[in-house]
Amino acid sequence: MKARAFSYFRAATIEQALDAHARVGDDARFIAGGQSLVPALSLRLQAPRLLIDITHIGELRGVRREGGFLRIGALTRHCEMLSEPLIAEFAPLLHAAAPFVAHPAIRNRGTFGGSVALADPASEFPAMTLALDAEIEIAGPSGRRRVKADDFFLDLFETALQPGELITAIYVPLFKADQRFAFDELARRRGDYALVGCGMLATCAGGRIDDIRISFFSVGNTPTRVKGAEATLIGSSLDSERIAAAQAALEGDLAPPDSDEVPPAMRLHLARVLLGRLLGRLKEGA
Amino acid sequence: MSGLDETLLDDTEATVRVRFVVNGRKVACEVAPRETLVDCLRNELELTGTHAGCEMGACGACLVQLDGRAVHSCLMYAVQADGARIDTIEGLTESGVIADLQAEFHRRNALQCGFCTPGMLVNAHELLSQVAEPNREEIRDALSGNYCRCTGYEAIVDAIDAVAKARCEGGGAT
Ligand code: FES
Ligand code: FES
Repeated sequence: MKARAFSYFRAATIEQALDAHARVGDDARFIAGGQSLVPALSLRLQAPRLLIDITHIGELRGVRREGGFLRIGALTRHCEMLSEPLIAEFAPLLHAAAPFVAHPAIRNRGTFGGSVALADPASEFPAMTLALDAEIEIAGPSGRRRVKADDFFLDLFETALQPGELITAIYVPLFKADQRFAFDELARRRGDYALVGCGMLATCAGGRIDDIRISFFSVGNTPTRVKGAEATLIGSSLDSERIAAAQAALEGDLAPPDSDEVPPAMRLHLARVLLGRLLGRLKEGA
Repeated sequence: MSGLDETLLDDTEATVRVRFVVNGRKVACEVAPRETLVDCLRNELELTGTHAGCEMGACGACLVQLDGRAVHSCLMYAVQADGARIDTIEGLTESGVIADLQAEFHRRNALQCGFCTPGMLVNAHELLSQVAEPNREEIRDALSGNYCRCTGYEAIVDAIDAVAKARCEGGGAT
């Protein structure tokens, strides 16, 4: 349960961090909050030769408005999702999801950028970037780019991040007055990974759904938008028939993995239950 | 810019000098980069009140305060904490800030073997500094990352609940 020996470098700037990675290559890892990386090293699932600590890079910190977006620095800690007023006002879905992320002490260290970069399919925040139509800003040897969340999560723990690249910030479109959100998850115990979780963001006009993005986690290899269910809800006033149709559509949207503990049929059932509950809440709030 | 010194990579066992303020005192020690903060506290600094259980963030026995917030000392390397303020159960005890919690844990048998207790106290201390009077569900929720294999938790929740109420009333716990 001890990591293999490694060297440690504390980077002061993004350039220093990228440069160190470029020089060491595959044997280097960036470390931010380390709440997933440290256990992985202890279990020797990974054994890098160099850890590049990025937590002292000022440019990766802070939450501010930028155009139509809230720019959330990659180093924003999960606990700040609860305490930062700008997040409560302009990205309330993240604020609502935060209490479900692990335990309080993990939230004190874990970072938003780290969670998105790891892309654990059972994690709350990666899935919420999909529901929010967020953009992920990446810095790497070949410069900076922004990738839509829709194009970011590729497969199990596999993202659009290339070796040697790191996330600098996540841009979330500002929450608007005509929008509604809902979030919840089903877990055996609080703080455990969810059996199924879901967050959604809807734009409403005159009591009807103009646009809706619904994202599930703990349902497969990646966080998953359920586009079939979304499509059935557009134009509806969330009447019970349409909600039932959306629940039925999940069968085509989700393909839960085989698992003895939670068989696919059970997960699909739980997803339907959760979707029904959240759409009900959305309707009450609309 | 002072970038990576590549000679670092030649000897990954080479120790690094780190400085922290632990329980109000400045300390420096030599650690290998892979040494976790909990090992550094227990072995180098001989502060054995912080316990190492699972060493992977699951049990909560290793909680300490880092710059005023509860963190798992098994989930970070001592080098990452260079320059930080760390308060362990020894420091919290000495300063008296958790004396009422400790007395109430004792009174209600909220500890048996005591292995989980330092982590429980660090966690309870943080909870009560953030939420003045949490309800029982909030207390249980906050403790969800702290395992206790002895008490069945009920007495721990009772103790924290009693201290929260007593602090709100401005008196001592009953
Ligand atoms: S020893 Fe750190 S959580 Fe168990
Ligand atoms: S008192 Fe023994 S583990 Fe809690």
